Amino acid sequence: MKTPKVLDDLRQLKAITAARIGLPRAGSSIATDEILSFDLDHARARDAVHLPFQVEAIMQQLAARQLPAIQVHSAASDRTVYLQRPDLGRQLDKASQQRLADVQPDCKGDVDLVIVIADGLSTSAIHTNAIPLIDALLPRVTAQGLSLAPVIVASQARVAIADEIGEWLKARVSINLIGERPGLSSSDSLGIYLTYGPRQGCTDAERNCISNIRQGGLSPKQAVRLLENLLTSALRLRLSGVQLKDDSSLLENQGNSD
Amino acid sequence: MTQYRFNLGSHTYQFNDLKTLMAKASPLKSGDCLAGVAALTEEERIAAKSALADLPLSRFLQEPLIPYEVDEVTRLIIDSHDAEAFAPLSSMTVGEFRNWLLAYETDAEQLRVVAAGITPEMAAAVSKLMRNQDLILVASKVEVISRFRNTVGLKGHLSTRLQPNHPTDDPQGIAASILDGLLNGSGDAVIGINPATDSVQAATLLLQLVDELRQRYAMPIQSCVLTHITNAMLIMERNGPVDLVFQSIAGTEAANQSFGIHLAMLQEAFDGARALQRGTVGDNVMYFETGQGSALSANAHHGIDQQTLEARAYAVARQYQPLLVNTVVGFIGPEYLYDGKQITRAGLEDHFCGKLLGLPMGCDICYTNHAEADQNDMDNLLTLLATAGVNFIMGVPGADDIMLNYQSTSFHDANYLRQLLGLRPAQEFEDWLRNMGLYNEQSQLLPTDQPAPLLESLPELES
Repeated sequence: MKTPKVLDDLRQLKAITAARIGLPRAGSSIATDEILSFDLDHARARDAVHLPFQVEAIMQQLAARQLPAIQVHSAASDRTVYLQRPDLGRQLDKASQQRLADVQPDCKGDVDLVIVIADGLSTSAIHTNAIPLIDALLPRVTAQGLSLAPVIVASQARVAIADEIGEWLKARVSINLIGERPGLSSSDSLGIYLTYGPRQGCTDAERNCISNIRQGGLSPKQAVRLLENLLTSALRLRLSGVQLKDDSSLLENQGNSD
Repeated sequence: MTQYRFNLGSHTYQFNDLKTLMAKASPLKSGDCLAGVAALTEEERIAAKSALADLPLSRFLQEPLIPYEVDEVTRLIIDSHDAEAFAPLSSMTVGEFRNWLLAYETDAEQLRVVAAGITPEMAAAVSKLMRNQDLILVASKVEVISRFRNTVGLKGHLSTRLQPNHPTDDPQGIAASILDGLLNGSGDAVIGINPATDSVQAATLLLQLVDELRQRYAMPIQSCVLTHITNAMLIMERNGPVDLVFQSIAGTEAANQSFGIHLAMLQEAFDGARALQRGTVGDNVMYFETGQGSALSANAHHGIDQQTLEARAYAVARQYQPLLVNTVVGFIGPEYLYDGKQITRAGLEDHFCGKLLGLPMGCDICYTNHAEADQNDMDNLLTLLATAGVNFIMGVPGADDIMLNYQSTSFHDANYLRQLLGLRPAQEFEDWLRNMGLYNEQSQLLPTDQPAPLLESLPELES
């Protein structure tokens, strides 16, 4: 048997792991091409965190689907505050509270579901995946005969902002479509958090999470299939979280959004 | 409770207790702001530092930051304090302690002798008065050596933890990253895998994989799967090949509780791993990980700043004579360490405090994508820590951990330091690298177009 050469063989191994192995070297350092490839992935992840949330575009796309929608903003005034004060990203600012208080009574109370679209830690995730997910979800909501509160588009928001929103709108269940913390390999991954009986002070143990919705990850269709199961069970059993853990192996009760 | 005061011009700054004084004297960290304990102005910070400089070191023995009655970490600190070792320092203030540490005459031997007399709070306090260069200079005087199948921490050496994680714990994927690491001279501190699941079975399989590889090539290294300590105990009971027992630890009883551990549990695992006698040149069997912010994140911080709490975690580590203590400095995110500057400061503080307390400190020099940091910040910190004499750093393929989704340091980063500063791997491992034809006489890596006997196991891997 011929003794394998280092680089050729490690390159073959790349088929079995996404890890950055077998990198060409210059001296003991990483060669130029690989440095640039790493920098590109990091640049995309940075952009995903910091590119402005295109709220208007999202609002227009919701309007085109005849979905009433309301913009809200968290108590974190900008991205710098948001990144350092997760507690503020979980609360609405005063103006947004007022806006939700002003929602007409026929749109709130005794409503099954409020959908929140939140930037979270990746605006890219929302820009790419939120509307396709809504498009996959809506027919299922209609088929189940569920009533829907206005869609809430939330800026500088963390997962738990859906608790306060759900409480204002008196929704039975909140689902929060939120941008997950970007990794080098995926900067536009969307997570969905479902909470039964949303109200301020809910713990993470009361939520269910569907993670890694993106191209190359979970498709919107697959995600909606999981979500529909969760939603049906949550409404039937009147609970969510660890007690509702689905048997499906695709479901993980953890995400990277908070 | 004693109040502390300091006059600056016409203004008298007042600090209501010792923990407030410590927190206000701390360099700016987003985590202390989040906890609401940080200085409100830069001037208040300097007033606190000045008051702290005048404080007798012995004050920390009289005023525990968390009461003795409510916290077993405090009890450990007080009960294990060595008054004899403390004697040379007993009349010093914190400010005088800094001067003493920096004095020409204070050398490795003296620092070794006083280590058991220094409490974590004393180390944290003096670090708050130190510039980055002070943290580097004093730490570089200390030599902490630990042994299992090789010798880590000797002056002039830099070791690495090879971290071959895979998102689904795929054995082939992990083996491929291990081989790549070995070919790049990585893995002498430990081959340490973070498992993707909490499964005891999966952890056992991974331990067997590395153990077979180790025996096959007679590698003088140790392995670890970083699973919860209760899992490691279970695997030991079932005769799985556990070299090192891993656990994340923190500086308060309540934070440790959130990790599902207490001190008696650590003692039991420590005794169990030692009894296996798997080490060949020594019996340091514990691998601990820490990181500023973990207590606040568990809502168990008692109003104490995150750097002081981190130092208290080292009192826990010290009790069990670890092979490795790894401060994972930027993993926790920007709400605790906002940017490269704060991550750098925290890494230097942790390394200094750990070394001063006599621990074999390493550092996972790292960041997440939502922190204001990049690989250049990591280059800076790893260069600073190497000059400070850090025992080990991480070796992650291309610095990109595809399971934990954060960036650390690569195999190549360690080799850069070895080349730049003339540092060498653990002697036993370096000899092995030479015997395997992976290192030449000048300790340079084998060119990648050469044949490597180590890769004979590749065909099996691919099958």
